[in-house]
Amino acid sequence: MPDAAGLELIAAEINERHPGAILGTYYEHDQACLIAEPEKIREVLAWLRDTPGQEYTFLASVHGADYLPAVPRFGVHYELLNMARVERIRVRAAVHDPAAEGGPYPLGEEPLPEVPSITDEWPTANHQEREVYDMFGIVFRGHPDLRRILMPEDYVGWPQRRDFPIGGEPVIFTNNEREVPGWTQ
Amino acid sequence: MSGGRSAPAHGADVIARTSAEVVGTSPVERTGADEAFEIEQELMTINLGPHHPATHGVLRLLVALEGEVVRDLKPIIGYVHTGIEKNCEEKSYWKAIPFVERMDYLSYFFNAQAFCGCVEKLLELDIPPRAKYLRVIHLELNRLHSHLVWLGTSALDLGAMSMFFYCFRDRDRILDIFEMSTGQRMHTRYFQVGGVIQDIPLGFERKLRAFLKEFPSRVDQYEALLTNNEIFLHRTKDIGIVPRERLLELGVTGPLLRAAGEPWDLRKVSPYLAYGDFDFKIPIGTVGDGWDRFIVRIQEMRESVKIIEQALDGLPEGPWIADDRKVVLPPRHELGTSMESLIHHFKLVTEGFRVPPGEVYYPIEAPRGELGCFIVADGSAKPARVHFREPSFVNLQALRDMCVGDYVADLIMNLAMLDPVLGGIDR
Repeated sequence: MPDAAGLELIAAEINERHPGAILGTYYEHDQACLIAEPEKIREVLAWLRDTPGQEYTFLASVHGADYLPAVPRFGVHYELLNMARVERIRVRAAVHDPAAEGGPYPLGEEPLPEVPSITDEWPTANHQEREVYDMFGIVFRGHPDLRRILMPEDYVGWPQRRDFPIGGEPVIFTNNEREVPGWTQ
Repeated sequence: MSGGRSAPAHGADVIARTSAEVVGTSPVERTGADEAFEIEQELMTINLGPHHPATHGVLRLLVALEGEVVRDLKPIIGYVHTGIEKNCEEKSYWKAIPFVERMDYLSYFFNAQAFCGCVEKLLELDIPPRAKYLRVIHLELNRLHSHLVWLGTSALDLGAMSMFFYCFRDRDRILDIFEMSTGQRMHTRYFQVGGVIQDIPLGFERKLRAFLKEFPSRVDQYEALLTNNEIFLHRTKDIGIVPRERLLELGVTGPLLRAAGEPWDLRKVSPYLAYGDFDFKIPIGTVGDGWDRFIVRIQEMRESVKIIEQALDGLPEGPWIADDRKVVLPPRHELGTSMESLIHHFKLVTEGFRVPPGEVYYPIEAPRGELGCFIVADGSAKPARVHFREPSFVNLQALRDMCVGDYVADLIMNLAMLDPVLGGIDR
């Protein structure tokens, strides 16, 4: 792990190269994290991978989180790893929810947040971005095959969001199958 | 056989096809971009699974075939998605442990360790040395158990029926040992936040040592049965090679990556628990074909036996769970005499302990690769987000690279050597 001072240096260097790319940093439990502007996430990850002295070439995991009621609401985390030095660094894209303004929207028609996809440069992100899309409704722009991966294809709603209730899903019987959205087409 | 496969040197044509461009969404379109092969025959898309014994669960594969040769492959998953991550958000931390154990049902101790280790890191809680050693013993026994199930079912896929019975016989002895120390054969809930729930019983060590004494010779027998088997060699040698660089791009970890020659094992590079105390080796392969994947796992079983023996020899005395009354349940006998213990017990059982806000990613080396647990704590007694980076889920992406250009029969072998557990993939 880069230590707290090293993390600040990395953040300053990225901001020098790509102004406005790093919004903040935090360092807790010996883990370093950069908070990045989602539109510049590709540049940030490429910088961390290609800059001599950084070389975080292995993308261990991509996952999302819903920080409701915080603003920006969503986070997409990229767990990078330098295998030679055994150092990890987390980059969190802080994603605003466009459905927070306007609305209320009908179920399944809310505007979705967007993040550029990194699948072309990091093939491991393919399934993981699909999972984040499936669970949080975060659209990865440029993903070659952005479909639901774990939930049924015709499912309506984003189940891992914090405002999505547990047990809020109606059980389908023949008498109500026409009312349940999207399941019987 | 169609004329598309005009056998060049095997390694070269594998490398050529893994750099193929991915275009479009349908399997047929995608293989159209693969210029390494000329398609002379119409492609046929068939569906393999979800209910097929060789898919080791409910994995569905959409396979585009030209004759008998796989031209494209798309895994379709989610059939056993049960929303475990979402359910954990509604449970207090200690009640989420049995949930996460049930994801990858062959490596339940690993799931529990990833979760408990992550919560311990959030709490900055140190666990006693005896707990670390007991955890290592159970984790490595679990690795043996998981590899035995893999070996038995994989050999069964390749037609070696008796291996299945032999492996399940030994697996059952491991489950007996688990039953002795934890009271359950599977999904034991033995690991707690702060340590393990109880000490090992009398006679556990004798039983475990008897098993460890016998097990290496069993591994020798299994290895001899398969490595001297011509059919097995023909089915596995030089099949399913993916270059190391490509595996790293795809995020593959565990025995698959080690078989391709990358000595990457989290037990060695960032020793969690007590792994730093033990002397063991990291087996790696050279070519990265099916046979290397097989032999790496066989060697790993031997190394696990060594680790367990060392952990038993050096098992420290002392408490097996941390003495932090805000997190760990007080001993049962105190409840009758100590008011304070009774209050702690009541608060822990009804509300659970609170975890200070923060987020942690905690990776460990599971039998299939890097199993990472990511928890966001919001200061309450329930996690705000639990995510598991499942090695099976990530490794499955490499299946296409292993299979394209080979026969459909090799697909079954590749899938067996990939060792996916669908409970882990779908969560």
